[in-house]
Amino acid sequence: MSANQEMAVRYKNNFLKEVEQQVEMGEWVKMCMQCGVCSGSCPTNFHPGWEHPPQEIFMMIRAGKREEVLTSPSMWMCTSCYNCIVRCPRKLPITHIMHGLAEYAYELGLAPKVQPTRNLSKLFWSNATKTGRINELTFSLGMYFKDAEGKINIGQGIKKGLEMQKVALGLLKAKRLNPFEIFGGHKCKDQKGIHAMLAKAYALESKRKGRHVG
Amino acid sequence: MAKRQYAFYPGCSSQKGASASNYLTSVESMCKTLDIQLTEIPDWNCCGASISYAEAGELPRHVMNARNFALAEANLPGQDIVATCAACWLGAKESKERIEHSSQLMADTQEALKEAGLQIKVMPEIRHMAEVLVEDFGFEELGRHVKNPLQGLKFAGYVGCQTNRPFGIAGENFENPMYLDKIVETMGGEAVPYDQKVTCCGGALAFSEPDKAQAQIKDIVEAAYDGGAEMIVTPCPLCQANVEIYQGHINKKYGTKFNIPVLYYSQLMTIAYGGSAKEAGLNGQVIRAPKLEAIAK
Repeated sequence: MSANQEMAVRYKNNFLKEVEQQVEMGEWVKMCMQCGVCSGSCPTNFHPGWEHPPQEIFMMIRAGKREEVLTSPSMWMCTSCYNCIVRCPRKLPITHIMHGLAEYAYELGLAPKVQPTRNLSKLFWSNATKTGRINELTFSLGMYFKDAEGKINIGQGIKKGLEMQKVALGLLKAKRLNPFEIFGGHKCKDQKGIHAMLAKAYALESKRKGRHVG
Repeated sequence: MAKRQYAFYPGCSSQKGASASNYLTSVESMCKTLDIQLTEIPDWNCCGASISYAEAGELPRHVMNARNFALAEANLPGQDIVATCAACWLGAKESKERIEHSSQLMADTQEALKEAGLQIKVMPEIRHMAEVLVEDFGFEELGRHVKNPLQGLKFAGYVGCQTNRPFGIAGENFENPMYLDKIVETMGGEAVPYDQKVTCCGGALAFSEPDKAQAQIKDIVEAAYDGGAEMIVTPCPLCQANVEIYQGHINKKYGTKFNIPVLYYSQLMTIAYGGSAKEAGLNGQVIRAPKLEAIAK
């Protein structure tokens, strides 16, 4: 059984309960009073808007729309500006709930495959945890040379590279982009310790949430 | 001994040859004047920023930050951690709050840290450099060191998101924080009226959703011009980079003629404190700031 099927069976038709137990800060969802201030405060909910803005997602969770919520590209539109958090009259940690829903959808394999921010998120974390520090050069190249599904796409990389040529040259000239970072660059000394620590953290989190390990 | 000592968390973007290396140059110059000693946390790691959620989950993200707390506490006991990057500060501060709030999370964090031979005994305070300036020094004290006031220069104080929300600088208003304008004025410059001072630049989505991010950056730059600003000033490395480097793309897309320098508060302060253009890292601007260079000693 896939992780998704397992969770669907475990929580039967109670998607709110599933969100409360599995999603970061999910226990706050039931506090939403549908005022819509979050949606009106979101910088990316315009030109064009989210498929389902946050307050709509909260209502959909309560209505048990599991598939529609978890497969939505909406949560991946969050820029982490925290406007919704500071304006919410009920003090819901909306930014964190959006990140949490995205993480859970990703974990279950339901997140949209063609979603650039999903790949950005994955790439950032794997780049950061590989050596303990972000390598801005390999991170940027990774963004340009991988398509929205996360596969290497040389044609797209060259096209994006050309688009970004002036920007890159400007940064090179200002000594804010170092081509030698391709050979490794900045990193932590105790990478072994970091990797062991993260492996333990993943194992503990899976155990605590009753998720599949691995 | 320096007057004030802090455990320094420079963050990935401030490293040599990285996108905010000029920020670090100016911070070091500014700190010299203010007699601040920043000691880098040995072997510090990335905070995970606010974009790594897909695979980072909760605990892995928090233990990355906890590792820095443990290293700071073990090597620089009693010193507050000071971050210059808005995202580093936010990520670390958020992890600290979460871990302190939950005994389960604290226990799990300690268990994971053990794998790296570390533990948290005392949780250090996590502060942004702007907090240090405003709270530990105060505007009056900051103003005392001004030797070369930024007379006649007009700045749009672009605060952005992550030094302002969700935590913010104590006593500030989320919708209209004043600390950056006050720094500009303390340095002798003019802070112009600026209605996009807390608008999001798109953050990491400048990479993945460039059209959306650039639409926001366009508003941010346009409002600076509308207010009569000659330069934009910000406390955040990602705000700085996004607002500066995409102006060419925006010009092409929208037919605008944007070419406004985007600086760090620490660069303004370095110049106002009598530092050179080089000490302020002004050679690190993609869009050069000739008016600031001209008055630099």
